[in-house]
Amino acid sequence: MRHIISVLMENEPGALSRVVGLFSQRNFNIESLTVAPTEDSTLSRMTVMTTGDERVIEQITKQLNKLIDVVKVVDLSEGDHIERELMMIKFKANGQMRAEIKRTADIFRGQIIDITPNTYTVQLVGSSDKLDAFIASLGNASIMEVVRSGVSGIARGEKVLTI
Amino acid sequence: MELLSGAEMVVRALRDEGVKYIYGYPGGALLHVYDALFQQDEVEHILVRHEQAATHMADAYARATNKPGVALVTSGPGATNAITGIATAYMDSIPMVVITGQVMSFLIGEDAFQETDMLGISRPIVKHNFSVTRAEDIPSIIKKAFYIAQTGRPGPVVIDIPKDMTTPTERFPYEYPKSVKLRSYNPVTKGHSGQIRKAVDMLLAAKRPMIYTGGGIIMGDASAELTELAHLLKYPVTNTLMGLGGFPGTDPQFVGMLGMHGSYEANMAMHHSDLILAIGARFDDRVTNGVDKFCPTARIIHVDIDPASISKTVQADVPIVGPSKAVLEEMIQLVKESKKRPDQDAIDAWWKQIDEWRARHGGRYRTDDSEMMKPQQVIEMLCKVTNGDAFVCSDVGQHQMFAAQYYKYNKPNRWINSGGLGTMGFGLPAAMGVKMNFPESDVVCVTGEGSIQMNIQELSTCKQYDIPVKIICLNNQSLGMVRQWQDMNYESRHSQSYMNSLPDFIKLVESYGHVGMKVTKYADLENAMREAFAMKDRLVFMDIYVDPFEHVYPMQVPRGSMRDMWLSKTERT
Ligand SMILES: Cc1cc2nc3c(=O)[nH]c(=O)nc-3n(C[C@H](O)[C@H](O)[C@H](O)COP(=O)(O)OP(=O)(O)OC[C@H]3O[C@@H](n4cnc5c(N)ncnc54)[C@H](O)[C@@H]3O)c2cc1C
Ligand SMILES: Cc1ncc(C[n+]2csc(CCOP(=O)(O)OP(=O)(O)O)c2C)c(N)n1
Ligand SMILES: [Mg+2]
Repeated sequence: MRHIISVLMENEPGALSRVVGLFSQRNFNIESLTVAPTEDSTLSRMTVMTTGDERVIEQITKQLNKLIDVVKVVDLSEGDHIERELMMIKFKANGQMRAEIKRTADIFRGQIIDITPNTYTVQLVGSSDKLDAFIASLGNASIMEVVRSGVSGIARGEKVLTI
Repeated sequence: MELLSGAEMVVRALRDEGVKYIYGYPGGALLHVYDALFQQDEVEHILVRHEQAATHMADAYARATNKPGVALVTSGPGATNAITGIATAYMDSIPMVVITGQVMSFLIGEDAFQETDMLGISRPIVKHNFSVTRAEDIPSIIKKAFYIAQTGRPGPVVIDIPKDMTTPTERFPYEYPKSVKLRSYNPVTKGHSGQIRKAVDMLLAAKRPMIYTGGGIIMGDASAELTELAHLLKYPVTNTLMGLGGFPGTDPQFVGMLGMHGSYEANMAMHHSDLILAIGARFDDRVTNGVDKFCPTARIIHVDIDPASISKTVQADVPIVGPSKAVLEEMIQLVKESKKRPDQDAIDAWWKQIDEWRARHGGRYRTDDSEMMKPQQVIEMLCKVTNGDAFVCSDVGQHQMFAAQYYKYNKPNRWINSGGLGTMGFGLPAAMGVKMNFPESDVVCVTGEGSIQMNIQELSTCKQYDIPVKIICLNNQSLGMVRQWQDMNYESRHSQSYMNSLPDFIKLVESYGHVGMKVTKYADLENAMREAFAMKDRLVFMDIYVDPFEHVYPMQVPRGSMRDMWLSKTERT
């Protein structure tokens, strides 16, 4: 099962390496990982997308909580939540592909953020599924480069992750 | 406020933390700190001969007292030499503070002389580590390190100090913090009362109960509470290798150690029980054997201070996160208040069954299949000669298992060994760390001729500081534990498991200024041992020749259930 785990941690040097190290040390999966400071400059927030059965996910959250730098851990997938990922994708865009890419990007509510005579760069925000679907619908042939931010998530409603 | 340099603050903070001994070895990155040590006499530094020994000494002090031990090692090779000792403490959840020197902060990352990324190397084997980036933080970091090391689930903490944080000319106002609070770290102090109530109801309704406890009783200082609860209920108790002494070894309710080399009756009783109360034990693979076959009829109550230990390998029916002592106190209270009593007929029948198992195997070993002395006989004699009251510090191998099975530990913190990492070379420095802090007690290192050679250089430290430990070397002229596995699984192909070209241990220890004794006949053993222990102020090395072909039994059949055991070279359950 796919899980999105949000981690609030001390904004200390080395904190990130502790989390990443924990995952490799204990053989946990990381599908994607994002990290950035929060509005409180002493804290950073990390979102880890991982997979595993119930027992593994339970161990992941428990082991994360054990890290001294970790302040709070939430498995967002346990409740209603919103997840978003940003993708920038550069296409070889010649001839009729130019129109095709533009049309598909519009359907997916993407934006063309850079143009050259032979390329388009499209920016797309959405769930990981949506980004996958966009790539699938254009086929791999014309893709030159893909960069994805990894998943970030937030709970729906009034629930918040703060200290 | 007094002005101190970083180096002086390190030493002063250790003093203010109540540290008497630190174990270490100097080097370039620590010269300022060593100079500060030289200029005071409140914290005494013990100079080892290899940094690994410093960490084991600090670790063993902690195992004997439940207070953090302290080691001090220089950057680069000093730090890497300490790694095995840190990992040893980590695996057994032992509180320890290890201070490592580091190159100047502005050189970090430049492959400077004797630079290693100690934070990176130690990260997976510490509870936490710190790097000092401002000298004035030294007191608060040391305070935090001690706090983290000894609260919650204990563990080693590393403090990496770049040399320029200790410059003698840069001085700062010194004050040692009285307390610490960390918003991201709040160890539990109490179990969930609802869960405890539920657990007690289940306990009182059990027909074939087992109490299975481990290191969490020893380091949680809960031995008296465990004993009281067990006596109230009259239920059988088994201990892990790390939990020995948590319940008196000579108590009739004690059924021995469980697990791979556990007693027949303990493993049989576990397998057939209907309720297991596990406290401060982590369902290690050396205990459970095949997890899919583990105790098929038992429901499990699991008390542990670390939620991550619960349901990690075996699913708990009633998880209780909390310190063993507080949870046990609450359980005792509830049992006393409850109107329910254990089902006496069922418990009597259960004991009858356990006593039958006991009678069937119960710590039997053969003495008639060899002319040689048996290692088990040596340990039984050791127990007799020391009245079962010594600190027994073991190395790793067959001798360790015999010392666990045949010495009867009636008190906690007396059996000191490396269980989780299984570090050969642990025994001698461990015995030294204990003896220095318990000079009046008998402190024994039980070892093998293989293990002792992994830290034998410490005989020199023993000379320097007059540390009169007693070394009981069960000399089977082989890496016995390895050889046993080769006998059982590799048709006795003894690949690299024997030790020829052994030194003459007697001459060796004499050259260090100690006493050596060689014993080859059982008939001489008792007198020799009494003579050795009578030499209160001398280190005595007893080189005792034992049967090289002996195996440790029982031994669980790999991946089987708890009850699948070899009971001797020819008998299986
Ligand atoms: C050659 C060899 C053979 C071995 N054979 C065996 C064997 O036959 N049987 C055996 O048992 N072991 C054996 N071991 C040891 C084994 O590898 C493990 O080290 C051991 O089983 C773990 O013991 P434990 O479960 O008590 O856990 P420990 O490692 O002692 O861990 C303690 C547990 O208690 C918890 N805890 C700590 N403090 C508290 C507190 N205050 N309150 C509550 N909980 C707390 C911790 O979170 C942890 O989960 C062997 C080792 C070697 C080297
Ligand atoms: C540092 C280290 N290296 C290797 C091992 C693997 N090992 C476990 S027991 C053992 C043999 C120990 O021999 P000895 O000390 O003579 O004890 P015996 O088993 O003969 O009693 C070995 C090599 C280990 N536990 N630790
Ligand atoms: Mg040997």
